[in-house]
Amino acid sequence: MGNRITVPTALCALLLLMVGMTQVGLLGQYGVSFLCTMGIFIILSASLNLVNGYMGEFSCGHAGFMAVGAYASSIAGVFLFVPDKVFGQPWLPVSLAPWAFPLILAVGFAAAAIAGLVVAIPSFKTRGDYLAVITLAAAYIIKSAIENVEAVGGPRGFSGMGKIVQGMDAVAGIPWMLFWIFLGVVFAVWLLRRFVYSTYGKGVMAIHQDEVAAEIMSVNTNKMKLIAFMLSSGLAGLAGGLYAYQISFVNPASFTILRSTECLVMVYLGGMGSLTGSVLSAIVFAIMLEFLKPLEQLKWVAIPLLLILLMQFRPEGIMGNRELSDVFPKLKRFYRFK
Amino acid sequence: MLDTVIQQALNALQLGSYYSLIALGYCLVYGVLLLINFAHGDIFMVGAYIAFFAATFFMGQHALIPPASPISVKLVFAGFFALILTAALSFAIKKKPQAAGQKSYSYPATLAGIFIAFTAIVYVWGQDIKLDTGADKLMVFAATLPLTMVLTSVVGVFIERVAYKPLRLKGANRLYVVITALMMGIILEYGNLSLLGANRLSFPTLLPRVIFDVGEAKISITKLSAILASFLVFSLLQWIVTRTKLGMAMRAVSYDKFAVPLMGIPLDAVIVFTFFLGSSMAGLAGLLYAMNFPVLDPFMGALVGWKAFVAAVVGGIGDIRGAFVGGFLLAFLEVIVAAVFSSELRDLISFTILLGILTWKPTGLFGKPKTTKI
Repeated sequence: MGNRITVPTALCALLLLMVGMTQVGLLGQYGVSFLCTMGIFIILSASLNLVNGYMGEFSCGHAGFMAVGAYASSIAGVFLFVPDKVFGQPWLPVSLAPWAFPLILAVGFAAAAIAGLVVAIPSFKTRGDYLAVITLAAAYIIKSAIENVEAVGGPRGFSGMGKIVQGMDAVAGIPWMLFWIFLGVVFAVWLLRRFVYSTYGKGVMAIHQDEVAAEIMSVNTNKMKLIAFMLSSGLAGLAGGLYAYQISFVNPASFTILRSTECLVMVYLGGMGSLTGSVLSAIVFAIMLEFLKPLEQLKWVAIPLLLILLMQFRPEGIMGNRELSDVFPKLKRFYRFK
Repeated sequence: MLDTVIQQALNALQLGSYYSLIALGYCLVYGVLLLINFAHGDIFMVGAYIAFFAATFFMGQHALIPPASPISVKLVFAGFFALILTAALSFAIKKKPQAAGQKSYSYPATLAGIFIAFTAIVYVWGQDIKLDTGADKLMVFAATLPLTMVLTSVVGVFIERVAYKPLRLKGANRLYVVITALMMGIILEYGNLSLLGANRLSFPTLLPRVIFDVGEAKISITKLSAILASFLVFSLLQWIVTRTKLGMAMRAVSYDKFAVPLMGIPLDAVIVFTFFLGSSMAGLAGLLYAMNFPVLDPFMGALVGWKAFVAAVVGGIGDIRGAFVGGFLLAFLEVIVAAVFSSELRDLISFTILLGILTWKPTGLFGKPKTTKI
C-alpha cells in the first residue's frame, strides 16, 4: 500500500523550499522564470501525452488550445480586476486577486475544454492522419480567429495581466506565479494520473489498442474521446493561462506551429504513455532550450534534428511505456502509480 | 461587374494552380506510401529558392569562370563540364549489372546528357547576355525550368532516403514517419533562415511582360503559364498513373506494399520515382510562384503548403483528380471570401470549411471509406 503521505509532504516541502529560496535571495528573477517555464512545459507535455500517448491519436495543434486558455484567462482577469478600454471599470478590488486567481484559471480551463470539442466531435468518425489534419486546422482557426478580434488587440496582442500579479504581490510578497504554476503542475499531473489509471480511464488505453474492439467490449468510445480531448485541451488551456500571467502579455504569434512542435517533441522525447516520462522530458527540454539559446535560429534546426535521430534510434522515447516506479520498483513503497 | 467576376475567376485559377500542383505531390506520396509528407510545403519553398539560384546562375551572377575570358575558353569549359557530368550520370545509372533482355538505361542517360550540355551552353551564354532582350530571358527561363525541377526532386528524394527510408525498413509505426516529416519541414525552414539570413531575395523577371485582355479583365503571361502548367501536369500525371507501367506499379504499391516485391516490382525504385515526381512538381510550383510573387522568404512554403494539403484532403487524399479539383475549389472559396468579406478572414474560413467537409465526409470528396477489420 505504501506510505500515503510521503509524496504530498515532499511536494509541500519542495514548494516551501522554492518560495523560501526566493525570499532569502538564493533564487533570482532568472531562476524563477526558468522554473516557471519548466512548469508550463510539464503541464503541456503531460496533457498532450493523454491524447498522443495514452489514446494513440495524433494531435498536433496543442498550441491552439493553449492560446484559447491564455486569452480566456487574461480576459477574465482583466475584466474582473483591471480598468480597461474595452471592458470598462473592474468589478472587484485587486486585493481579492489571490483568492479569485484559481477561478480565473478555471475560466481558461473551461474555455479551452470547450474549444477541444472542435477536435473531439470530428474525431468520432475520423482517425489517424485525417485527425492530425483536423487538429492542425483547429489550431490555425483559433489563431486566425484571435487575430481577427480587435477587442483583444488582434495581431498586436493583449496585456494588462501584469497589474493583477502586482496586486497579488501587494497582498503578500511571494513569487505568486511560481506558486500558482507549481500548484498547476501538481494538479495537472494528479488529475491525469487519477484519470488514466482509473477503471473508467482504462478505456483510453483500450482505444489505443484497438478502437473497434474497445467499442465491442462496451467502451463508449465517443464519450471517451470527448473526455480525453477535452481534458487534454483544458489542461493546455490551464498552461496557457499560467503562461499569459507569467509573461503578462499574450499575442497570437506565441501560439504558432512551433509551440505545438515543442509539445510534440516533449511527448515523444519522454515516451508515449508515460506520465513520468513526460515530466522528465519537459524538464530536460527546458534545460536544453536554455543551453541552446546561443544558437539562435539554429536551435530550431538542432531540436527537430534531435527528434529525427530519436525516431531513428529510440522511437519509444526516454521512458518508453514505463513509469518511474517500474524502473525503480522500490519507489512503490512511497507511491503507487498504476 | 462581369469584368470583376472574370478577373477574380482568373485570380482564383492562378492561385488554384499553385495549390493543385503542390497538392498533387502530397497526393502521390500519400497514395503510394500512406505517408503525409508534411515537409512537402517546404520542398516547394526550396524549389523557389533553387529557381532563384538557377536563374541568377544562368544570368551569370555566380561566375565559375571569369566573365572576361574569351568565348572559346568558356565553350571548352562548358563542353568539358557537360561531358564529365554526363559520364558520371550514365555510370551511376548503369552501375548495377543487368540481366539479359532487361531494358537498357541509355535513353535517360542520353536525355540527361543533352540537358546538361544545354545547361552548360546557357550558362556560358548567360555570361554575355544583356537582360533587356526578351529572347535572352526566355532562354534563361527554358534552362531554369528543368534545372529547378531536377534539383528540387533531388532534395525530395534525398529527404526520403535519409529520413523516411530507414524508418520504413525498420517497419516503424507510420506515426513516427509523420513526425519525422514534420520535423524535416521545420529543419528546412530554419536551416534556410540560418543559411541565407533573414533578408528576402527578390526573384528576377524571366518572362516578358505581356498582358492579354479577356474582355476588360487582364491576364499576364506569368499567370497564364501557371494555369497552363497545372493543367498540363495534371493530364501528364493522370496519363502516367493510369496508362504506364510505372503508374501501374505505383498503384500496386499503394494497394499492397508487402506483396509487391514478391511480384518482381522494385519497391524502392517506385518509391523514389514517386518522390521524384512529387518534388519536381513542387519545384515547378515554386518557380511559377516566385515568378508571380517575386519575394522569397524561408517561411513562404508553410502556409501555402498547408493550404495545398487542405486541398488534397478535401479532395480525398490519395486520389489525383481529388487533389486537382480540391486545389481549385479552395482557391475559388478563398477568392470569394476575400472579395465578399475581407482578406483577413481568408485562412479562418478556408480551414473552417476543411473541418466541415471532414466532419461531413471523413474521407474527402473523392475518397472512398476503408473497411476496418479486427
